[in-house]
Amino acid sequence: MSNVIPTSQVNSSTGLRTLAEKVWDKHLVSKGEDGTPDLIYIDLHLLHEVTSPQAFDGLRLANRKLRRPDLTIATEDHNTPTLAIDKPIADLTSRTQIETLRRNCAEYGVRLHSLGDIEQGIVHVVGPQLGLTQPGITVVCGDSHTSTHGAFGAMALGIGTSEVEHVMATQTLSLNPFKTMAVTVNGALRTGVTAKDIILAVIAKIGTGGGAGYVLEYRGEAIRALSMEGRMTICNMSIEAGARAGMVAPDQTTYDYLEGRAHAPRGADWDAAVAYWQTLATDEGASFDAEVIIDANELEPFVTWGTNPGQGVSLSGSVPNPADIVDANERSAAERALEYMDLTAGTPMKEIRVDTVFLGSCTNSRVEDLRAAAEIIKGKTKAEGLRMMVVPGSARVRIEAEAEGLDQIFLDFGAEWRFAGCSMCLGMNPDQLEPGERCASTSNRNFEGRQGKGGRTHLVSPLVAAATAIRGTLSSPWDLVQDGDQ
Amino acid sequence: MQKFTTVTGIAVPLRRSNVDTDQIIPAVYLKRVTRTGFEDALFAAWRQDPEFVINMKEYQGGRVLIAGADFGIGSSREHAVWALRDFGFDVVLSPRFGDIFRGNAGKQGLLAGQISEADAETLWNLVEADPGIELTVDLVGKTARVGDLTVNFAIDDYTRWRLLEGLDDIGLTLRDEARINEFEATRESWLPQTLPARSPESSY
Repeated sequence: MSNVIPTSQVNSSTGLRTLAEKVWDKHLVSKGEDGTPDLIYIDLHLLHEVTSPQAFDGLRLANRKLRRPDLTIATEDHNTPTLAIDKPIADLTSRTQIETLRRNCAEYGVRLHSLGDIEQGIVHVVGPQLGLTQPGITVVCGDSHTSTHGAFGAMALGIGTSEVEHVMATQTLSLNPFKTMAVTVNGALRTGVTAKDIILAVIAKIGTGGGAGYVLEYRGEAIRALSMEGRMTICNMSIEAGARAGMVAPDQTTYDYLEGRAHAPRGADWDAAVAYWQTLATDEGASFDAEVIIDANELEPFVTWGTNPGQGVSLSGSVPNPADIVDANERSAAERALEYMDLTAGTPMKEIRVDTVFLGSCTNSRVEDLRAAAEIIKGKTKAEGLRMMVVPGSARVRIEAEAEGLDQIFLDFGAEWRFAGCSMCLGMNPDQLEPGERCASTSNRNFEGRQGKGGRTHLVSPLVAAATAIRGTLSSPWDLVQDGDQ
Repeated sequence: MQKFTTVTGIAVPLRRSNVDTDQIIPAVYLKRVTRTGFEDALFAAWRQDPEFVINMKEYQGGRVLIAGADFGIGSSREHAVWALRDFGFDVVLSPRFGDIFRGNAGKQGLLAGQISEADAETLWNLVEADPGIELTVDLVGKTARVGDLTVNFAIDDYTRWRLLEGLDDIGLTLRDEARINEFEATRESWLPQTLPARSPESSY
């Protein structure tokens, strides 16, 4: 790629390596010369129904085999309904796409977790929960949020359908080298501030193109203190900064999450794996091509006001005035965004009333996210006229949540408790916003029409989603305390 | 894939930055299982506005899209490239592209050329002053020419070579299959496998 320079020359001369470089080096099938890309081996290929049918067709047309079915796994997520999952899918094109995946997986011997199966769910929730996503591996999927898996110290890349077909046929990808960026988050988060607020603040700081060409490595005390779920939330949205991938070095938190999971190594294999994983962290003194530093102590709950994930502000702030933006392109983008979002410059974010709260998506639909939101709303009443939809990331998450009684807390509050899938993050199934409907969403994209044509999205953390559902206006748990805890 | 050398066609000015792939093709159109026929889906939401540039009669048959910075960010959907191709575009020029989009473009014979912000502005002004004017894109010389003006664009050498030669990526890689076999033989036995399916070892 024209704007990508080879990975830090400095590291090549000192022998010191960053996490990303170590994983890359380990998977080098052949090194590109004279501007040709490197050929990288892929350890794990995740499939879903939307970006795979044309790739399977390509294989079939060329009479090629799927090289490694044993490194491939599929699930149904983007199109699946979150109600009445025992009935045939009503939307015929959605049903055809799901049935096409089932036929393709049967024909090529790919393991598939279909609707109704305990491991069915959002592909980026399923890989980690099965223990397939492991430190130091390469993971790809025809889905930009594949970056999620970088939370384990894996190199996880979102790819297009042509590349899906390439991996199917060769188990490799031709990839250009990348630049490295350290995103160092010092200090400690205050109560009520979460991983989601960190990543929204990072994107607001570097912009939707700020990470282009880079693999981001999230480091620092605040990242170390995060659970695996929190790290997944952060890596998930690396793509919203334009980054090729996001990573966190594995540590005890990672090992504790993995141990005992279905596909985690066992016995002597476990010891060998951990010994290797412990070598992955960036060497002391290795250099990055760029660094961004964030002070966690100063972070507040964060929320977007516009139509790209970089258009965000602290919840205590106001809708910005485009006239104050120096860059002409950004200024006109902000003007368009305010018009689409039907917002007026200067309006305090906390005065914005929402119609709908969506708790779900590959960013924030794991059991920890549901727990955090349930704790806020427990015993409270939902704001009048507001609808809240809770969509667990996988069937297994749904079952775990039910075992803890979280479903009852949501139902008592007046929220809808749905089956697993991508749901209203992108509305490929019936879960969509109406034109003009305003939503506080724990998902990852506030693009125009993303959640339904004409729908207006504010990206928030699960805690802000919960507090907003109680008060009816964009709110954080801090506001509930100020309300005298109602 | 057809060989790409030069293209001459109507230039279409899209004066917007951060054009994400959800705008290029909304998710509702991703349910199809075919690889062609996405021309109706291109910019589907924006096209409902009769004033949207793609709808203007001067730009019908356009082949070169000139867009603002950060074109093709967001979702990995290759459908965005298919929709642009099916609609008739051979080239997109922008000061910066989403990485995944740019990769997808190169695999489908869509030239994604990077130009400076200043050149984008100049091209917009020129084209808007003379709507329907043709622009010539020369991949050999990495130039875009309209009237007396010639601007340079950047594209990585490998993608340029593949476009010029019209090469199929998978075929190229399989020439190295012996190396893939050798690499596979060195992989650790404890690396994850999806088959056979296993159950959790314990409660975690």
